[in-house]
Amino acid sequence: MPKEQKVGCARPTGGVVGEAAPPEANLAAPAAAKEVKPMVQVGKKAPDFVAPCYYQGKFASVQLSEYLGKWVLLCFYPGDFTFV
Amino acid sequence: MSTDSMFVHKMWVDHELSKMVGSGAIPFPMLSDGGGKVGSVYGVYDEEGGVDVRGRFIIDPDGVIQGFEVLTPPVGRNVAETLRQVQAFQLVRGTGGAQATPSGWKPGKAVLSPGPDLVGNVWKEWKVGMAFD
Repeated sequence: MPKEQKVGCARPTGGVVGEAAPPEANLAAPAAAKEVKPMVQVGKKAPDFVAPCYYQGKFASVQLSEYLGKWVLLCFYPGDFTFV
Repeated sequence: MSTDSMFVHKMWVDHELSKMVGSGAIPFPMLSDGGGKVGSVYGVYDEEGGVDVRGRFIIDPDGVIQGFEVLTPPVGRNVAETLRQVQAFQLVRGTGGAQATPSGWKPGKAVLSPGPDLVGNVWKEWKVGMAFD
């Protein structure tokens, strides 16, 4: 039965319940599991990307490098409707 | 930018944001980061939660990251501080790096000109109180 959940500013997620995957499945990708994702650095180029977007009533696509020559504020947030 | 689809962005604008913003229109593109691919590269994707955390990057006209701030979800940003930082980076860029903005700087306040004469002499030009006023 669904249980009522307290709602915070992080979007709630679920996950698989039950037995863990067999050990050989874990061994298959040991390097990938240990991969470290470094933070980008100040003074270094911002990684370019393309992303779909909603802008002025239309659906569009944006590429960061189109904004070369301008100052850009790139803001990430945990999700629409997440309160703050 | 969040991991929501652009369709959810539209619903958020229609049902909530348009009631907060005077013009009813959001003046910047609302980007979608499905799967957190972009957030991962920028170091702000939380794999466990499946979301991009509250990261903000200042990128200059050359495409170089000048500053960033990353917060956990429950605390919102200070937009005025972000704009102050942009103004400071613009000033520094405008002087070709000849001037620097000391702690507490905001538009109209004194800047520093780093060089041999300033070494050991910042105390003559900058007082601790200037960090707070």
